[in-house]
Amino acid sequence: MANGQRARLVIRHSSFVIFLMDEGLRNELQKQGIYTVKLEELYNWGRKNSVWPLSFGLACCAIEMMAASMARWDLARFGAEVFRPSPRQADLMIVAGTVTKKMTPQVVRLFNQMPEPKYVIAMGACAISGGPFKQGYNVLKGIDRFIPVDVHIPGCPPRPEALLHAFMTLQKKIDEQKLTGPNRARHCDPDAPSEFPIPQFGEHDLVPPSNPNVWKPAVVVRG
Amino acid sequence: METLEQIKSRAEAAVPGARLELIRNDAPSAQHSLLVDNEHAFAVAKFLRDDAQLRLDYCSNATGVDWPEAELTEKFKVTKLVDGVEKEVEEVKKTKRPAYLEAVYHLYSMALKHGPVILRLRTEDRGDKNHLPSLTLLWRSCEFQEREIFDLYGIVFDGHPDLRRILMWDEFKDFPMRKDYVEPDDYEYEPTPHDDVLAKVKQHREAEAKA
Repeated sequence: MANGQRARLVIRHSSFVIFLMDEGLRNELQKQGIYTVKLEELYNWGRKNSVWPLSFGLACCAIEMMAASMARWDLARFGAEVFRPSPRQADLMIVAGTVTKKMTPQVVRLFNQMPEPKYVIAMGACAISGGPFKQGYNVLKGIDRFIPVDVHIPGCPPRPEALLHAFMTLQKKIDEQKLTGPNRARHCDPDAPSEFPIPQFGEHDLVPPSNPNVWKPAVVVRG
Repeated sequence: METLEQIKSRAEAAVPGARLELIRNDAPSAQHSLLVDNEHAFAVAKFLRDDAQLRLDYCSNATGVDWPEAELTEKFKVTKLVDGVEKEVEEVKKTKRPAYLEAVYHLYSMALKHGPVILRLRTEDRGDKNHLPSLTLLWRSCEFQEREIFDLYGIVFDGHPDLRRILMWDEFKDFPMRKDYVEPDDYEYEPTPHDDVLAKVKQHREAEAKA
């Protein structure tokens, strides 16, 4: 939570500056080559262009993820080419592939070890819902049952373009994050959880089978 | 390669007391197999591996089969005297097949380039008498596959050097590939349900309607 508190301090200072500055002064300064910007915008702009993913693949979607980071699709254009081998240095977890129930605690643990602010892209049919293995006994029916997912990409596997689209969607999402106020981002809220309970191996299934604070069953409306 | 009948008689001669049975497969693949009694299975397998004419030095695949208790119906025609006239009448014979588990090994020879010879081992039942001799000491490739059979079918291989679950976690209690396995009810929506899933969906909807 140290991260979040530091961010809040800076933000109080910045909003004070913005409060004092009127539009005329801003325009005047701009003519002199001095640009003013809200700290929130600067902060989000910096973060959205340096999203470092965790190098972490579970199945065939990871091959598409690797392709997306190579020369042809070149994830570096989005500032996200630095795949980190340690969760401590990563901002983004791309869950690329089938999450088995046996693997789930490790995935949640890796997510818990990432420092805030952190984001999750669930890539492919398996990661978002269990996909073709949905009726299997050992496949988790979507990683969003245990960790908060920011962007879901359908596809089996999604093409690298789809991953790029997910990246752009995530960048847009980061850009719109508020640092203060009631709708502020999770990492700016000292009361919001940054770690999520790790499920235990039970006799028949994971215990609990999902985290009710993160995921609720979809309501199906039948006509 | 010799026929299965020849292998059977030679194995029975080489291993005194061994009882082999030829299981026919009437499917187009016609992969007939040899059923071995558990007591002599290791010795018979050793014979298959070491015999100069067979040299089945490679076990490509070991898998399990679950046979739940079933009533088998067999139709056959008999000639009978009906009202003094000889007629062909169809009769149905019903036999009960007890429940058991099987381990199936596909053996090849890399040295002599022939195969497969299919070997079956059968447990006494699906309950406590679910032990079979392990063939890992003869073919190292069986080690993980026997662990997988243990994991998914619950056959205990006596003599296996490291018999643990391999795919599921150690705390898991069920055997998912058995026909009577009930999977956890952990998905609530299926866009195109059919068969078993449709029955499940109906249950869910009834529960929804009650709530």
